[in-house]
Amino acid sequence: MSLSTLATRPLEERRSTARRLTAQQSTARRSTTRRSAARRQWWGWLFVSPFLVVFVLFLVAPLIYAGWMSLWRKGLVGKVKFTGLGNYVTAFTDPVFLHGLTRVGLYVLVMVPIQIGLGAVIALILDVAMTRLARVSRLLIFLPYAVPAMVGALMWGFLYSPLFGPLGQLFGIFGASAPTILSPDGVFGGLVNVVTWQWVGYYMIIIYSALRAVDPSLYEAATLDGASNVQISWHIKLPLIVPSMIMCTVFSLIGTLQFYTEPMVLRSSAQSAIPSDYTPNMYAASLGFNQSRFNYASTISFSLGVIVFIGSYIFLFLTRKRNGLR
Amino acid sequence: MKSHTYGRKALACAGATLLAVTTLLSACSSPSGTGTTGTTGATGAAGGDGSCTNKITKASAPQVTVWAWYPAFEEVVDLFNSTHDDVQICWSNVGAGGNEYNRFTTAIQAKSGAPDVIQLENEVLGGYLIQDALVDLTKYGANDVKANYTEGAWKDSSSGDGVYAIPVDGGPVGFMYRQDIFDKYKVAVPKTWEDFAQAAQQLKDAGFQGYMTDYAPNAIAEWQGLYNQAGASTFSFDIANPEKLGVDINSAPAKKVQAYWNDLISKKLVATDDAFTTDWYTKIVDGTYATVVAAAWQPGYLSGIAGADPAAKWVSAPILQWNGAKPAQVNWGGSTFAVTTQAKQPDLAAKVALDVFGNLDAWKIGVEKAALFPTYLPELTSDSFKNLASPFFNGQQINKDVYLPAAQGYSGTVYSPFTTYYYDQMTQANAKMIQGDITSDQVLDQVQDAIVSYATQQGFTVNK
Repeated sequence: MSLSTLATRPLEERRSTARRLTAQQSTARRSTTRRSAARRQWWGWLFVSPFLVVFVLFLVAPLIYAGWMSLWRKGLVGKVKFTGLGNYVTAFTDPVFLHGLTRVGLYVLVMVPIQIGLGAVIALILDVAMTRLARVSRLLIFLPYAVPAMVGALMWGFLYSPLFGPLGQLFGIFGASAPTILSPDGVFGGLVNVVTWQWVGYYMIIIYSALRAVDPSLYEAATLDGASNVQISWHIKLPLIVPSMIMCTVFSLIGTLQFYTEPMVLRSSAQSAIPSDYTPNMYAASLGFNQSRFNYASTISFSLGVIVFIGSYIFLFLTRKRNGLR
Repeated sequence: MKSHTYGRKALACAGATLLAVTTLLSACSSPSGTGTTGTTGATGAAGGDGSCTNKITKASAPQVTVWAWYPAFEEVVDLFNSTHDDVQICWSNVGAGGNEYNRFTTAIQAKSGAPDVIQLENEVLGGYLIQDALVDLTKYGANDVKANYTEGAWKDSSSGDGVYAIPVDGGPVGFMYRQDIFDKYKVAVPKTWEDFAQAAQQLKDAGFQGYMTDYAPNAIAEWQGLYNQAGASTFSFDIANPEKLGVDINSAPAKKVQAYWNDLISKKLVATDDAFTTDWYTKIVDGTYATVVAAAWQPGYLSGIAGADPAAKWVSAPILQWNGAKPAQVNWGGSTFAVTTQAKQPDLAAKVALDVFGNLDAWKIGVEKAALFPTYLPELTSDSFKNLASPFFNGQQINKDVYLPAAQGYSGTVYSPFTTYYYDQMTQANAKMIQGDITSDQVLDQVQDAIVSYATQQGFTVNK
């Protein structure tokens, strides 16, 4: 039946035929779509499978296993027994774990604003200054991120050394003795510096690329209205890059709560300043590998995971109007 | 590693995928490539890595996997393999100390992947005993060779009536000092701990800019030796009754020693640098410390360090004693070979543990190439070892003068089954004492409380 013949039919009939037609057409279309989609999905799974195998084998399965382990308790002597959430009660009343948490909390308060703030300021400056110097400094600031965290921390360990580091010589010129960074009092600042050095470039690049995506006509309009560079930065650029700054903050928050590599490496040259349970992650590693308490180590890891999740969720909830997630 | 970024994660995942694929491929393609075919039980597969660092010359003989980090150990392995037809060593170095222990602990937990024979320091043996990870070697003839080892070393690798490892090297402690510094400031070299405190004050008063020595807050094994010298016996533990543990950290002798050092610290006569850092080694050789309470293995680490004082004249002497007390020798460090319960053929594994360093040819390599201090008496008391002249000490025969009598006079220590935890607690308490937050008595009292509550929580019945 051709569509032109429909025009001569009474309205009622025309409607119902049209309905039938569209229904038929759409069923046909849907079934072919479904078939080809199914085929496409199969191919999709095939392509994803290398990742999926690794993901399940090395992330999902160990997570389930660790979760299961955290429900059991075993002392150094004696039998294993099921305690349900008993280990979690122990964990959240364990002064070592709680102390570690407050310590990384302090790192979050100090380190995250410094990193994101510095990253944003540098990105804003580089966005304005399009000289060769700016391009070189962009690379130089980003470079520490390319250095593995292990190597970076080792290097700083030597730089902080009172004997070999430049600090001793620098302060020596003025006849003063260098601050002992690898001491219980100095190590906090020392670690903040290492991490900031390593990550500012990374956040700078993210924020910088967000800035490059802004339509330049906005700046032209603002310039025509007589706005200065600082005013443009503050009133136009900054509000536009808030979503990417929020993303950086979440990365930084998660990373800092899981603080591990840098204090672990610096510990080799400052054992009395950085105890083996300095951060919750270090505590978990030390429980597992030094003390053979794998059940409790799993509990600590899971508890930390939950706290990281809640922390990130609260932050994203509080910033929900500006985080660009919807 | 910090998981800041998706970029790095993605890269890591890609790498892991590649790795997994190659592992699968190689696992498929080489089921029986190496000399491990035809052997039952104690084969390469049991050693975690499944590949030997050394070359296996007799492919038909059964193999025993060994983890060890001794320097120049490959030559010792080659010597063993060339002299044995019934068994061959398949050796791998999975890292020194803590790195190896991490892997071993994981393998125990996983119930697979441990080697048949493993190098362990004597202070960590107890921790593996309570995990049922080590085999009692008395059934494999360990007691037959007891007379070949120093009394202290043998006790350090035993628990109760069981022998859980064969001693290899030891760390008898001596006292090394800078003769040139004492001469320059016209101070007499101390013979007792009382003299030592006085000499420290005299050196400072005479204008010496450095320190008498270093009180390293993290060198707990060393200070434990000095508590023991003064008469402390901190732990009592016997694997026959694994639930029973005696803890006496805050004993009177330990408190006396701790107070002695805290006094020197508060008078700024001794430094408080962490041990085992690059700075520490440099400060030993550059004249910052006038003396070092040193284990036999320590001088070996000191030659060739940059920044050494060319005027230094080191002399080695026996460890200082407390005035009027019975002379007592001290040990710091030392390692052993133990057989793991994962060994499929423990008799062959025990043979390796017993024989690998149980002859003078192996010890020739151990002493000359690896600078190990033997606990094996035929080597220890041999003329060639006694008369060895140490270049670091300007040709002084330090073995004859100091370390041989120290090794023979040492009577052994009972370690706790959680040495790392105890050391960590002590290190933190020492750091607080150095900062002036707590007194020397509080250090030992607090650690005593912490260890008792930890041990109780871990299922021990603690005898205080």
